[in-house]
Amino acid sequence: MIYLAVVFVQSAIAAVLAVHAMTAIKAAGPRLERENSVVSDLKLTDLCLFTEARYTRHPAMADRNTAFQDYPFSFEHFPSGSLIPVPEIVRK
Amino acid sequence: MAWIDKQKNILDFTLSSLLRRKGKNAALVCVYTVVVFVLASIMFFTHAIKKEAMIILKDAPEVLVQRMVAGRHDLIDMKYADEIKKITGVTSAEGRLWGYYYDPLFRANYTLMVPPEFKYQQGEIAVGQGVSRSAVTEEGNIMPFFGMDGKLTSFRIRELLSSESELVTSDLVIMSEQDFRELFGIPKNRVTDLAVTVGNPQEVVTIANKIKKQFPDTRPIIREEIIRTYDTLFDWRSGIMLVVFSGALLAFIIFSWDKASGLSAEERKEIGILKATGWETADVILMKFWEGTVISLTSFLTGMIFAYVHVFFSSAALFEPVLKGWAVLYPQFRLVPYINAYQVATLFFLTVVPYTTATIVPTWRAAIVDPDSVMRT
Repeated sequence: MIYLAVVFVQSAIAAVLAVHAMTAIKAAGPRLERENSVVSDLKLTDLCLFTEARYTRHPAMADRNTAFQDYPFSFEHFPSGSLIPVPEIVRK
Repeated sequence: MAWIDKQKNILDFTLSSLLRRKGKNAALVCVYTVVVFVLASIMFFTHAIKKEAMIILKDAPEVLVQRMVAGRHDLIDMKYADEIKKITGVTSAEGRLWGYYYDPLFRANYTLMVPPEFKYQQGEIAVGQGVSRSAVTEEGNIMPFFGMDGKLTSFRIRELLSSESELVTSDLVIMSEQDFRELFGIPKNRVTDLAVTVGNPQEVVTIANKIKKQFPDTRPIIREEIIRTYDTLFDWRSGIMLVVFSGALLAFIIFSWDKASGLSAEERKEIGILKATGWETADVILMKFWEGTVISLTSFLTGMIFAYVHVFFSSAALFEPVLKGWAVLYPQFRLVPYINAYQVATLFFLTVVPYTTATIVPTWRAAIVDPDSVMRT
């Protein structure tokens, strides 16, 4: 019985989180629209996630021939480079 | 009713059997939970950020035209824009002025940008929340920048860009065109790149090809490529986190396989006694099935709940050191919990199902042997 109660509590929490996800997505709508208009007004192209180098700050705008653009064949030396691979736009 | 009672009794017996080896099973549940937690965190985070990037960037410029010189992005002359405007289907071609500035005082990189319409005066700027935090400055303060001639120019901050849009504006410094050109010494007829608007969205690729053909030294980037970049950028299968973690995952698979498939002498003896006291082979298998389900389902649910809280309530605090990297500026943002049911189902079938089934085969082997010989071994 105790185990079933534990599973029931876990399932209930998971259900609450699922409801939270649905309401949060709905609530985020206006904010995302405002962000959208900022992107549109300022003509932005990238997310501001990694600001340490230009190819991590603007991966979509990165030069095509030099993946890691400090110098040709340079090794990636920023931690974010280990998280994100070379953009497809560069590999093409 | 009888069937439910039977299942309940078997489950009761399974739980008391698990409790007899509580140390070993608790360790298994902990490791299992951590594995599910890390995998689910990576999946939740990458899917949510990909989805958010797709939504936010859906109104990015349709086509961007960069000029390439010796393989590098170079400034482009506005006469390119005049020629591009003549291409049938092109609605507009506007120059964008933007660049980077390394602030030696705060050791941070900013993105300096000129908006199409700047509502403040020359000598005034609007900055993102990240810049404000890093430079410890606020609205009304003065912010100095070293120009291309080495001279210090001060700008008054007129506006802090909304914290809501931090995911795209955190490191932005927005200024007037004249200030930007003077600061970097950019001639009047040159811009960083061109933002091209196309009347019919279906003609975007054709127009990009036309631009490339007409101006071989340019590189058109279409909006779909920008969005696709973010799609592949956070592909959860790539990235060092998963590579490093795959070692741990493999270790867990070996551990759980060993635990599930190799029955201990004590467990064999238990099966022998059960058979001797009248349990059917099917009942013993059912008991082991419940055992696997109890362990894997508990771990799966706990891991998923912790992962959700970690990613969507604490903004993936455990991943932050990796995400921040060497960047001084890092946006403060809370991801929208976009959860992909397909990924959750994949994780379930990759974790719960293999473990549960792995417990059944060795049990069946032990259960079909004569109880007397099992108890004697």
